[in-house]
Amino acid sequence: MATRKTKVEYLKGKEPHPREYRMIFRNVDRKGWKTDLKSYEADGGYRVLKKALRMKPSEITDEVKASGLRGRGGAGFPTGVKWGFIPPDNTKPVYLICNADESEPGTFKDRYIIHQDPHQLIEGMIISAYAVGAEKAFIYIREEFPDGAKILEKAIAEAKKAGYLGKNIKSGFHLEIFVHRGAGAYICGEETGLIESLEGKRPYPRIKPPYFPAALGLWMCPTIVNNVESLCHVKHVIERGGEKYAELGLPRNTGTRILCVSGDVVKPGYYEIEVGKITMGELIHEVCGGLKEGRSIKAVIPGGSSAKVLRGDERFEIKGADGKEKEIGIEDIPMDFDTMMACGSMAGSGGVIVIDDSRSISWVLNNINAFYAHESCGQCTPCREGSLWMKKITDRLVAGKASPKDIDTLEQVAYQIDGKTICAFGEASAWPTESFVAKFREELTADTCEENEGKALNEESQLAAAGLRES
Amino acid sequence: MKVPPAIEKKIDKVIRHYPESPSAAALPVLHLLQHEFGYLDEKSVQYAAGKVGVDPIRILELVSFYPGFRQDKPGKYHIRVCRTLSCAMAGSEELMESLCKAARIDRSETSHHHPIAKSKNGKYSIEFAECLASCGTGPVCLVNDEFHEDVAPGSVKDLLAKYK
Repeated sequence: MATRKTKVEYLKGKEPHPREYRMIFRNVDRKGWKTDLKSYEADGGYRVLKKALRMKPSEITDEVKASGLRGRGGAGFPTGVKWGFIPPDNTKPVYLICNADESEPGTFKDRYIIHQDPHQLIEGMIISAYAVGAEKAFIYIREEFPDGAKILEKAIAEAKKAGYLGKNIKSGFHLEIFVHRGAGAYICGEETGLIESLEGKRPYPRIKPPYFPAALGLWMCPTIVNNVESLCHVKHVIERGGEKYAELGLPRNTGTRILCVSGDVVKPGYYEIEVGKITMGELIHEVCGGLKEGRSIKAVIPGGSSAKVLRGDERFEIKGADGKEKEIGIEDIPMDFDTMMACGSMAGSGGVIVIDDSRSISWVLNNINAFYAHESCGQCTPCREGSLWMKKITDRLVAGKASPKDIDTLEQVAYQIDGKTICAFGEASAWPTESFVAKFREELTADTCEENEGKALNEESQLAAAGLRES
Repeated sequence: MKVPPAIEKKIDKVIRHYPESPSAAALPVLHLLQHEFGYLDEKSVQYAAGKVGVDPIRILELVSFYPGFRQDKPGKYHIRVCRTLSCAMAGSEELMESLCKAARIDRSETSHHHPIAKSKNGKYSIEFAECLASCGTGPVCLVNDEFHEDVAPGSVKDLLAKYK
């Protein structure tokens, strides 16, 4: 039977970069790899589930805590801690939900796990459900992965036939997994928005506290919502043991993570690396082939579009490994959670978007603002009104119809959203504008003109929108 | 609007997955209806409401909220082009223009609430979609349920040739 030491071959042209550590993505682009259960078992699949079922559920949670595993959906919240939030005296059913709604701009990793290695996710889910006491689990998958939903349903049926799902997987442990397709809304990636959507309602997120899903989740029962990649990591934590897993990566930033690099690099793509063992510069220049001929880094969004932007020429004050303060450039930033936060941004979902000096910052910010304006659920006034307002300002900016004061207004609107909403979408929509204005104010202002003060983008459409013209 | 017995069977089956609360089956039921009819009209809204046991407004709330649900009839082949940052940097605007030209679609009358434009012969319809989670291979698009990546604007004739 194949083990981790089995030599894995990859498709021509899709071989992992030597700097990678393929653990979660071991089977992605693998030569001759098939997604069916028999192939997965022949490669050693479901061995770890069997090991987990010989443990007590609390022992599994202890291993996950010891591993230091942090959520891979974007928040980086310690998984073991999240699991521990289920009230100890709970008598209600517990639900496990896999957040397969991957929608953070710049992120493309869960897609490949779902489509190419579904059984890894299912094995991770069964282990996790066993640990938290769930007898029913859902995979909430974004609508735009229709093949993915079919692949998962097929894998679930195979797992059930093999006795890994259903009644008495182990005496007294039952589990059913259902695939539940979303319908194209980014806000369903927010765990409480997801839960509202699953309940058949509009996905308006809930306020936390008190609606932490582990306490009051699906149908007000304890619910654990974890990202696709996080649930796969659980399998590897149990396989190796929590402490051994924690040897990968850095302290408090353990394991591996999948970086998704896109934008102005020669070789965009997904790369699984030990957390913090590669710097931004090594990632961009060594792994991703650098920038196009004659181009330089103008900006990098390091963790999905919600993450604050970093300037290419920015300097950061961080604590070195020796505990002393030091100053580094963007290319020296190690790709871990804590350092990225210390640099004023976040590791987030791992979506690294590289912007070179050929790009207009106004155009980039406008594209991002349009995304958040479209995706705001509308529940909170600051976000509902503010996200569209910011987009309208950058629409004018891109059209050459903005005035310098508009940049001030843009920034003020962002700060009126940040911290003033029910869910973190408020911050997600405000941070791009806050950080782009803070770091690229000169360039944004250069696209404005004093003469434009008080002018509308398009007078006809403004009057039509106000009902004063036939549109 | 007549729901074929085979589809009704699937609808009834999926509702049974949610014994805790049948209204949780709203999205799965709407997907089955949209897959069958191409879009969701008032009759579908009423039908779905009856099936999952809620007032029709509770279903209309969903149909009007989610971008993945269409209230306008699309073409035989519905195209969704990602417009978000990485794909935009890779040329999604040009891809949209190329597709509209090749499919003979005029997008000038689209708006936020009516984002879909159709070709006169009803064969193709098109709209922008937000990030489709394939930023490393942009620009990307979906044609009905089929995903296409690395779509060069110059290759749209070959792409559309697959959808006659």
